[in-house]
Amino acid sequence: MPHADSMPGRVPPAGGPGAAAAPGSEAGGSLLAWRLASVVLFCLAWEVAARAGINFAFPSFTRTVGAFLEMVLDGSLLVAYARTLEPLVIGIVLSLVIGVGTGVAMGLRDDVEWLTLPVVIVMQAAPMAALIPLVTFVYGIGLVSKVLAVMMLALPVIAMNSYKAVRNVSPSLLAMSAAFLATRWQQIRKIVLPEASPMIFAGIRLGVAEGFSGVVLAELLITPTGIGDLITFHRSVANFGHMYAVIVSIVVFAVVTVTALQYAETALFRPEKRSIR
Amino acid sequence: MAATATGVRTGPGAEPAAAPPVIEVRNVRQVYGGGVVALDGITLDFAEGRLTSLLGPSGCGKTTLLKIVGGLLAPTAGEVLVRGRAVTGPGPERAFVFQDFALMPWATVERNVAFGLELRGVPKAERLEVARHYIAEVGLAGFETRYPHELSGGMRQRVGLARALAVDAEVLLMDEPFSAVDEQTRRKFQEDLIRLREVENKTFLFVTHSIEEAVYVSDRIVLLSPRPGRVSRIIEPDIPRDGDPEAIRRHPVYLDTVEQIWHGLRQYVD
Repeated sequence: MPHADSMPGRVPPAGGPGAAAAPGSEAGGSLLAWRLASVVLFCLAWEVAARAGINFAFPSFTRTVGAFLEMVLDGSLLVAYARTLEPLVIGIVLSLVIGVGTGVAMGLRDDVEWLTLPVVIVMQAAPMAALIPLVTFVYGIGLVSKVLAVMMLALPVIAMNSYKAVRNVSPSLLAMSAAFLATRWQQIRKIVLPEASPMIFAGIRLGVAEGFSGVVLAELLITPTGIGDLITFHRSVANFGHMYAVIVSIVVFAVVTVTALQYAETALFRPEKRSIR
Repeated sequence: MAATATGVRTGPGAEPAAAPPVIEVRNVRQVYGGGVVALDGITLDFAEGRLTSLLGPSGCGKTTLLKIVGGLLAPTAGEVLVRGRAVTGPGPERAFVFQDFALMPWATVERNVAFGLELRGVPKAERLEVARHYIAEVGLAGFETRYPHELSGGMRQRVGLARALAVDAEVLLMDEPFSAVDEQTRRKFQEDLIRLREVENKTFLFVTHSIEEAVYVSDRIVLLSPRPGRVSRIIEPDIPRDGDPEAIRRHPVYLDTVEQIWHGLRQYVD
């Protein structure tokens, strides 16, 4: 599990998958071309490797795309995503609200820090996937367990980054706002949150990425539904093209989601970063 | 200690009789954790409309004293009165200029300058109008919608100065405002500060570690000695500041005062 401490502070955050996509200004067009080229190269290498016959369980790129289209057309992929998204979205929304809320409160107040920091550290350090079977003992195999699995993975990193972000707010800006008569609430809203937002968002991106792991783990470990079911099913009947198509689709979906979050951050909180672009 | 240069009055208590004090510092003592005495027995008056420098080597507590006057720090003992009322925190009659500028990197120049008014709930159109006026006054017209990272160090401090002017406080507290900019910009700043005083009728408290800077801009220089910080001397250089700003640097009183202060301070330099 990635640790909040290893996150860079204010530099355009490099975090989860896809976060390396920080477009430069005038190089924007050619950068896109290079990225597309690398994707094409990857697909070609995949095709060549599969045709060379590395492994009978390794389908070619074209077969995988074919399987993907087939599952899109017969609706099975859509149904699976709808099932998977339910615990994912609920779990991530809860992790965001609780994680950012707790983290910011921990950063602002020493008593909250004293009370919750040990819990967060334990949650972040412990291999949460190992605890998923425990959750099913208590909450059964339904939606609650899956939501909890998402939260167990997503929440600690979000809380930890939010906490560190608030603690890293420049004391000089706090002194400045105090000198210009800011109330505590104005200080939080106008200084602490904008200052902390890049790091909080880095945590959110990591958390969302962890949430994807959580939901897939839950579907593989608790009960096979949605994406996890598709993967398990196609593996069991040796439909490797379909299995790979599902895996690649969830990876791409996660990357797109996490990248979209990065744009959301810039648009919401840091207009000066937008102007550099 | 006796005055050595003509036209220089020295010694504690050399107060002008005319202007009433805006700020009175009474027996202020500041002890930091670990028993370090930063300030001890500081009693000073700051008269209206005057520019007073707090000058001394590092560790003499000059910034600490400024923060106490600004209400950003509560003294261990003693009190500060602003217009006769005890200071318990920052107030609208005092505005701060920070050594490291303390600009919000996510806000444009005009939002930074208008920030003090924004916090006071002044409507947006009104506060931006005030901000633009002061942005022009500090010589940054045309940069209203830029962000701090697009400005040079000197320009950033002009933003910090405009922000302090925009709240229209009586007292401007400046914490080594020019120490983070290069020497040329610094000189230009000092000249601009003298010109600014002709336009803005304010009381200035100016912390600096530069002897030349203190003598160049100040009506009155409070020399602090370190460990513990005490007032060692008060000097009032009588230098005419109207006319050519360059002439001040060649004025005999300027040169003598700089020399005199250096002789007083060199004993504290390791």
